[in-house]
Amino acid sequence: MGLEEKLPSGVLLTTVEKVAGYARKGSLWPATFGLACCAIEMMATGGPRYDLARFGMEVFRASPRQADLMIVAGRVSQKMAPVLRQIYDQMPNPKWVLAMGVCASSGGMFNNYAVVQGVDHVVPVDMYLPGCPPRPEMLIDAILKIHDQIQDMKLGVNAVREQEQLEVAALTAAPTLEMRGLLR
Amino acid sequence: MSDQQSVSPAEAGLEVAASATVMPEDVRELEIIGVRHGAFSAQDGGDTSGFGGLVAPIVMPGPTERPYGGWFDAAADEIELALADQGLPMATAVERVVVDRDEITFVVRREHLLPFVTVLRDEPALRFEMCMGVNGVHYPADAGRELHAVYPFLSVTHNRRIRVEVTCPDSDARIPSIVSVYPANDWHERETYDFFGIVFEGHPALTRIEMPDDWPGHPQRKDYPLGGIPVEYKGAEVPPPDQRRAYT
Amino acid sequence: MSTDQSIADEGIVYEGELPVEDPYSLSYETGQGTVYTVSGGDWDSISTPDEGERERIVVNMGPQHPSTHGVLRLILELEGETVVDTRCGIGYLHTGIEKNMEYRTWTQGVTFVTRMDYLSPFFNETAYCLGVEKLLGVTDQIPERASTIRVLMMELNRISSHLVALATGGMELGALTAMTFGFRERELILDIFEMVTGLRMNSAFVRPGGVAQDITDDQVARIRETLPLLRKRMKDTADLLVDNAIWMGRTVGVGYLDLAGCMALGITGPILRSTGLPHDLRKSQPYCGYETYEFDVPTQDTCDAYGRFLIRVAEMQESIKLVEQALDRLRPGPVMIEDKKIAWPARLSIGGDGQGNSPEHIKEIMSQSMEALIHHFKLVTEGFTVPTGQVYSAIESPRGELGVHIVSDGGTRPYRVHYRDPSFNNLQATAAMSNGSMISDVIAAVASIDPVMGGVDR
Repeated sequence: MGLEEKLPSGVLLTTVEKVAGYARKGSLWPATFGLACCAIEMMATGGPRYDLARFGMEVFRASPRQADLMIVAGRVSQKMAPVLRQIYDQMPNPKWVLAMGVCASSGGMFNNYAVVQGVDHVVPVDMYLPGCPPRPEMLIDAILKIHDQIQDMKLGVNAVREQEQLEVAALTAAPTLEMRGLLR
Repeated sequence: MSDQQSVSPAEAGLEVAASATVMPEDVRELEIIGVRHGAFSAQDGGDTSGFGGLVAPIVMPGPTERPYGGWFDAAADEIELALADQGLPMATAVERVVVDRDEITFVVRREHLLPFVTVLRDEPALRFEMCMGVNGVHYPADAGRELHAVYPFLSVTHNRRIRVEVTCPDSDARIPSIVSVYPANDWHERETYDFFGIVFEGHPALTRIEMPDDWPGHPQRKDYPLGGIPVEYKGAEVPPPDQRRAYT
Repeated sequence: MSTDQSIADEGIVYEGELPVEDPYSLSYETGQGTVYTVSGGDWDSISTPDEGERERIVVNMGPQHPSTHGVLRLILELEGETVVDTRCGIGYLHTGIEKNMEYRTWTQGVTFVTRMDYLSPFFNETAYCLGVEKLLGVTDQIPERASTIRVLMMELNRISSHLVALATGGMELGALTAMTFGFRERELILDIFEMVTGLRMNSAFVRPGGVAQDITDDQVARIRETLPLLRKRMKDTADLLVDNAIWMGRTVGVGYLDLAGCMALGITGPILRSTGLPHDLRKSQPYCGYETYEFDVPTQDTCDAYGRFLIRVAEMQESIKLVEQALDRLRPGPVMIEDKKIAWPARLSIGGDGQGNSPEHIKEIMSQSMEALIHHFKLVTEGFTVPTGQVYSAIESPRGELGVHIVSDGGTRPYRVHYRDPSFNNLQATAAMSNGSMISDVIAAVASIDPVMGGVDR
């Protein structure tokens, strides 16, 4: 509002990437993948107090074919991992994955035979959100960080170039075991 | 009730000083399920505490003699009468009775489990309508009786609880299924089979319920590893929980 | 399956007979008739079945589904819209909590146990702690203030769990506003939990020997302020659905299970009370001082999903009464057991940077008493020991009888902990409740059972 008055003759200049990013992040539909306790906090985030609808995301699509963001909320057991992968495969591109909670990020407190130690063993993850369970505000913070990622997403040739750069950076990066310091 | 695992400490292979073992008055036999070596479970040597030489038996509460106290005696009499009506002497069906912490446990031989629980359900003075599932417990050191299946029962009419325990050896892990008497145990027996490998004979559909259908092994047995992975953290590596030092 | 399979370099080699010529063919014969495999868009390639064969479809309402109350897999055999057989596939949330507890101390077990039935964490914790205290033999040494706080937290948890039951049940049957209302009310209660324990869910607050932290007077005042608002809003949520013609049309007569069926299947909780039997462990085998509180046990006698829903609404009102009584009888006193060999040693307080050990306690253990430091250290790292034996302790959770069977071998770690979770048991009734009805009735029946898959799979 008011942007039109500031612009000379009501014209806005932008790039295709920015408009596409803005449109994509503006109505990112999550897929219901609530598993355990984090699912309840995810439902609370969709509830009236911590409202996800203000980000365009209150519509939790049950069908993965209509969803963009898979919020893996809860511990993924060995029996559930193939189902998780199948749902991920059924989502159309572009898709993002948010690992909500420590159980989805790294197996959490359940370092045992039954839980997949981090959902990134099964699907590629864009955002890891620690917490047991993370507060709704923390989930919204993670979602907004994904929104920033989506806003800055590159298209076409830029995307290919960026992929190559990321690959080179990842191949030459120091492994976690050799990192020092606070890692903040 | 005299042919169960009653061992004196010497028979159990423990070297005990002559003056060491002092048994309380009312304990006739010991039920030893294992031996605890040392105090810190340190397996890798290097235990400089001096506690490493401790050898202590792990003793579960032993059989109780009559009178049991409270309503337990009346219930045990009812069971004995009802079993006798079916031609089954109490001493054949029941190995021993343990009264501990205000709860009574009947340790029943597995071949006589079905008549026993039928009696529990049908006798008017007993009327234990609900079976609260089966729990498996694995005692690997209790040779010949490694797997225990524990059945808690609740009587809604008389508002009381009872427990039935059945043992079976690892080599022959079969226990009759009580689903025909208590249909509620359907999934509980499947779960106990899934986690311990006890085959419940007569169960309508004994398959894995919690683990994936083709999972090898039975996870909650003591010889099945916890299965965790070591965790890297800021230049250090933390071993999984079952490989850390334990203070038991 | 074939008798011998080996993955050689050329691929999988079968030896012996395959039961099926080609598993990916469109149709093959089995002992029970012809099985057709279709994957969409090719319905007309199936030949029409013969006259004598009934057309039976097996539909999988898979683990990922918005209406199956969590990761529950329902395998339905359908004839048209009628359900002929229902099978539940569970285990998609199995976490191995019971085995993991064997490698943690008795107090650390509380943090594991709390995450089983994640909608009623305080009930899991209390059942476990009551069992451990029974094994220790200190049930009558638990301070009264600790028992009162336990009752307070449990009853608030009961309200929040029933609100989620109403909310998700409503959402599954299409009443989305019930979801919004239910979660709004639940936020009031989660605020109270956060104020008292520090966390909204899964707080590990109830520990063997008492509770972790005391509740202050202004927290009590805040709870008292919230109660009238909560009561009014609960009534609003319930009014959305009670006497609602569409809701009644979906739930009256649905999921019928009478007393004989409940007894045979070992069902407890609102399902049993909907048959008319007022069986509630808080009344029949009281714990934590419940025998001194005044409350009713609501029952219905319609044995259907609507009756269970009405019972949950009434139980929420009873819980508010219990919360008020618990607040009234809080007297100053300790909240942890006197016996210093069992009591959790830390004294927590709120400081400038959040919740942590109180400065007085830090001063005592760091500068004043070496023994206090050692004592604190040993209790936290090694934990207390529990004498050998086994015990079964049961409480009334929002879903039914939550029982825990604990076996101790005399050490600092549990030897075996097994939970008899009410949802695990009650889910067996799905087949009995929904065979012969329509698919939408299966959803209503499962919603009335209100299973929490964390408790079912553990």
